[in-house]
Amino acid sequence: MLCKRLIACLDVRGGRVVKGTNFLDLRDAGDPAELAARYDAEGIDEVVILDVTATVESRRARAATIEAVASRLFIPLTAGGGINTLDDAAAMFDAGADKVSINSAALRDPSLITRIADRYGSQAVVVAIDAQKNGDSPYFPVFANSGTVRSSRSAIEWAREACARGAGEILATSIDRDGTRAGFDLALTSKLARAVPIPVIASGGAGTWQHFLEAFTTGEADAALAASVFHFSEHAVPELKAWLASEGVPIRC
Amino acid sequence: MTIAVIDYGAGNLASVLKGLRAAGAEPALARDPRDLDDAAGVVVPGVGHFGATRALDGEWRRALTASTVPLLGICLGMQWLFEGSDEAPDLPGLGLARGRVRRMTSSRDAAGTAIKVPHVGWNAVDVTASSPAFTGIAPGAAMYFTHSYAVDASPDAIAMTTHGRRFVSIVARGRVWGAQFHPEKSGRAGLTFLRNWVEQCSASA
Repeated sequence: MLCKRLIACLDVRGGRVVKGTNFLDLRDAGDPAELAARYDAEGIDEVVILDVTATVESRRARAATIEAVASRLFIPLTAGGGINTLDDAAAMFDAGADKVSINSAALRDPSLITRIADRYGSQAVVVAIDAQKNGDSPYFPVFANSGTVRSSRSAIEWAREACARGAGEILATSIDRDGTRAGFDLALTSKLARAVPIPVIASGGAGTWQHFLEAFTTGEADAALAASVFHFSEHAVPELKAWLASEGVPIRC
Repeated sequence: MTIAVIDYGAGNLASVLKGLRAAGAEPALARDPRDLDDAAGVVVPGVGHFGATRALDGEWRRALTASTVPLLGICLGMQWLFEGSDEAPDLPGLGLARGRVRRMTSSRDAAGTAIKVPHVGWNAVDVTASSPAFTGIAPGAAMYFTHSYAVDASPDAIAMTTHGRRFVSIVARGRVWGAQFHPEKSGRAGLTFLRNWVEQCSASA
């Protein structure tokens, strides 16, 4: 049976991890390669590196970060942040990423999804959707540019289009829940999981073990992504996995 | 000990090279069939469409059929070891393993859980025949898969995996091994599998 995946996200700026590292006891807490290697050893299923320095000049620096992380990892690695063109994506794959995550650039030019998928395969293209709750409406408006610019899209129809254009996975981040530790937006993830035939990754709001269980059950997500929640202790990943398995979730232990 | 990794333009090879190095081998890219001459083993990697194996027709096919060293196919490379694929029906496979590659079908299981295609993620590898491929790997260990086509059944299968239906996740016939998953992306268990294959190469060298 296919396992549910736990994904650790590292937010990187200028080659250093910038979020949620206060509780780490590492030789170099801000080094993404070191943190990623630790997660691999602890049993995380995938790592996502989001580079929040999104300028053209930083492309080489981004590639260097991905290269350093990839050299230490033997699990899938996704690179995101500042990927605006096929060339940007190619630089990430050349540096050792297995997948790229694209967001604002895909909203501006949806053909980018197809162009990357045609060259690297759909399995290599993750479309990240930052969405907001809108009362009880099933319409979740999608935002670009790190949640600052509202687009004309709704999450469900955008996910369907992304899938039709060649996306291999949808990374759904709830803007309302991100950073709150109040739990994933289960309505968002379950609606998406029912709308598209490709895996949906729940993101934004992880705070407790129960939240991960809910993401996989009520939320119908295929994977759950978190950043700071995994940083609390080096036992977090194996203990969370053992607990999820005891709750009947198929998981790689 | 040199392991030749065939570069026929099907996907990124950096992680395969890295995995082989971690498994104790010295991998080198082979861009010409003559590059196989001094290799103790040969890897056919691959991500993408079966049509990409068209580049392996002709000289590569002859060289690999005539070769006597261990051969490992990974993902698409494993599919090419079989007789052919519905993904590109006009292209013959290498035919060193018995069976045919077919499209996986999306469905819902008995509990109502969606069975999605492509099959992406970690899934259990169930051993069906004893093999040195499994030395040091826990029974039912999970490996990382990403594919839409698979072989339903083969007399050469040594491990099966279930995603809706059962499919062949490891094949072994004489010197030829194939993995439908990506051992280089499957953490410790995947590296152990690679190390077991590298052992075969040193044993036959």
